[in-house]
Amino acid sequence: MDMITRRRFLTASGVVAAGALAAGGSAYALRDILATAGDREPGRILVLVTLYGGNDGLNTVIPYADPAYAAARPGLAYEPGQVLALEDGVGLNPGLKGLHTLYGEQRLAVVRGVGYPKPDRSHFRSMDIWQTAAPQRPGTTGWLGRWLDTAGGDPRLAISFEPVLPPLLAGATSAGATVPGGALTLPKGVTKPVLDGFGTAAAGESPAQARAAACFADLVRVQGLMTDVAAEAGEDDDAAGQATATGGQAPPLDQQLALVARCVEAGAATRVYSVSLGGFDLHADEKTAQEALLTRLDRPLAAFVQRMAGTEAGRDVVVAVYSEFGRRVRANASDGTDHGTASDVLLLGAGIQGGLYGEAPSLTDLDDGDLRYTVDFRDVYAMLLADVLGAEPQRILDGWRSRLTFS
Amino acid sequence: MTDRATASHLLRRLTFGPTAAEVDAAARAGIGATLDKVLEPIGRTADLPGLEPGGPPPKGASREEKQKARQAARAQLTTATRWWLARMAAEPGAAEKLTFFWHGHWATSAQKVRSAPLMLAQQQTLRRYGGGPTGPLVRAMLRDPALILWLDGQRNTRRAPNENLARELMELFTLGVGSYGEADVKAGARVLTGWQVDRAAGTAELLPRRHDDAPVTLLGSTGRFDVDSYADLLVRHPAHAPFLAQRLWVRYGSGAAPGPDTAARLIAASRTGTSAMLRALATDPAFAATAGRLVKQPVEWMVGAVRQLRVDVTELPENKQQQILAGLRALGQVPFRPPSVGGWPVGAAWLTTSSARFRLQHGQTLTALAGGAVEELAEAGRDDRVEALARLLVVDGWTDRTAAVLRAAAGEPRRLLALGLASPEYAVH
Repeated sequence: MDMITRRRFLTASGVVAAGALAAGGSAYALRDILATAGDREPGRILVLVTLYGGNDGLNTVIPYADPAYAAARPGLAYEPGQVLALEDGVGLNPGLKGLHTLYGEQRLAVVRGVGYPKPDRSHFRSMDIWQTAAPQRPGTTGWLGRWLDTAGGDPRLAISFEPVLPPLLAGATSAGATVPGGALTLPKGVTKPVLDGFGTAAAGESPAQARAAACFADLVRVQGLMTDVAAEAGEDDDAAGQATATGGQAPPLDQQLALVARCVEAGAATRVYSVSLGGFDLHADEKTAQEALLTRLDRPLAAFVQRMAGTEAGRDVVVAVYSEFGRRVRANASDGTDHGTASDVLLLGAGIQGGLYGEAPSLTDLDDGDLRYTVDFRDVYAMLLADVLGAEPQRILDGWRSRLTFS
Repeated sequence: MTDRATASHLLRRLTFGPTAAEVDAAARAGIGATLDKVLEPIGRTADLPGLEPGGPPPKGASREEKQKARQAARAQLTTATRWWLARMAAEPGAAEKLTFFWHGHWATSAQKVRSAPLMLAQQQTLRRYGGGPTGPLVRAMLRDPALILWLDGQRNTRRAPNENLARELMELFTLGVGSYGEADVKAGARVLTGWQVDRAAGTAELLPRRHDDAPVTLLGSTGRFDVDSYADLLVRHPAHAPFLAQRLWVRYGSGAAPGPDTAARLIAASRTGTSAMLRALATDPAFAATAGRLVKQPVEWMVGAVRQLRVDVTELPENKQQQILAGLRALGQVPFRPPSVGGWPVGAAWLTTSSARFRLQHGQTLTALAGGAVEELAEAGRDDRVEALARLLVVDGWTDRTAAVLRAAAGEPRRLLALGLASPEYAVH
């Protein structure tokens, strides 16, 4: 299967690469996370869903009643009859049936027009901006990594089920954990003394070699790992592959969310889970492909939200879905769209009042062909930090003061 | 550094994993002569495997015919990948490593291109122009059918330009973020309009009726541009040589950006060409201190092991060839399948519990194919085997912790060799 943009971010931005990965960004076994069961402090849990590639917001939450929408996108626009209507002439992509049901139950909040000043249309740069929450100059720490720094730094508080650590979980002094999804049975003849031996730190070795050694120490903890969800679901090479230049390497979203569900229900101490879905960079023949991708977001996500509603710990879970940018208002000649700016953030779960929030950007008063943002993404982060993680947003967001409210 | 350590370091970086004999020869010949020798063949094209021209199944093809065409395309890609791996293992010089560098730089994936002949044609372009100045390379790549398909270039027309290729051309291939603006992306996309790929013929052609030849302002110059003048504008841009120097140093040097003095020396060499930059890099005062600090990419790890263990991959039965490809897949790097247009990661991102496990497993896979190397280890006295292993794998030395693990396995040469391949010392170079 393919690797992901995320790895590219590691190399492009320097986030994680030098400090966090060498120092602490560690791969844990699921067992290590579950071993913290019962340790959870009271409080909510954040599940952050990253959509890599730049999801087209205008064909996700569709302003079908605005004549400018159909006019800008011949061949790409949905007819009013096709969209799953919400209210105010706005509807969801037909791929989002599960989320539409949740909206009807006032459990889905749609924040419209989320972006940042001077939008950057590079995937890599814009994703850095979202993950570091530093629009002027993306730094070397992720916003949830900085939260982790303030929350004591135990890597198990913030985890990802992807093979490499997403930059958003890299702090200055600590880093979240990656929990490899697959079962890591050891090859024949590889004994614990071998792993312990290779896993011992040696004086004077280079940081790269020290990290290579540390992987063996981590591997020791994986021995005897119970058959996990990824293995149960089986390997499906094609299901995860996306034929775009910014596809995904993470396990399929349903597997990632199943692991989250298991940890939450076991009462793991983890407060932040990072999951992702890639492949949204649809410069050509977008409509069918995006609808299929959104279905692959919708089904596991709606099922996860329903499952979480069924347990006490699950009712503490808040889900937030974002992408690095939306896309150009006007379709290109290839029935696709080029990189754009502001888009929607979706919020679900504990304490989230369903409905439409934020002002929908105008489709005619554009900034060089792109939407003007109406909500700064740091307002959304500030709300999540304060209301979900009980943190002080200003400390983590470089003094940022305003925040999204549900009123 | 001793002469031998200097030669080992240089060959580990510039080539796909030197053998002990190659290091001996290089230490005897000296750095200058060794550089002449490894850099000399750069620019020669290869005899590509003969593949039928690819192409979509005919219009109105039945489901079965379409399926057959897909299977045939997949089989061709496997053939091409194996051919390339065998060539990497067979070539002792710097040429194929540089071709692989450029493949990761102009990262194009067969997943979307869906044609082994087009992927090989692109690779041949990288091979032909990769050692020289970048002008001819950029000009050729802007006409490359695989790149055009990969970045939607054939969808980029006068009526509505598609920015994908123009943006990545400047961001990832020639200048880097911050050296161009959004207006340049739009102008660049217009300059690149009108190219069409004929999959069956393997060619790209400019269709005037789809091309926008109106004057644009691009990177501060106003006028009518074509792909050649656009390419020239890019390679003459003040950001281009520093960008390339950085990309080379990241892959061949320290894994991070070069210091200002090193960068200046590489930039000066760029006027002559990329192979001159490699020579400058390998003779840079900062180069020696980078030994052991760069994480091997999986292809480097695998091909290096194949060379050092003297495994003839072309002679392997089908299932063994599959095991080698499966190993690369598990480790996360398959040629012709980069993860995104940004290419493969560098450094610690390759080091995970999962990769440690797969290096243990595929160390065993490779050892099972390496009868000669196992015998050679067995011939050394038991007490000398750990040292002999370091020589075989061109590792400068073992740490005490690794030496202890290896000594415990010294009675079983095959197991010893597999553990050496999986060791932390062999994961870096």
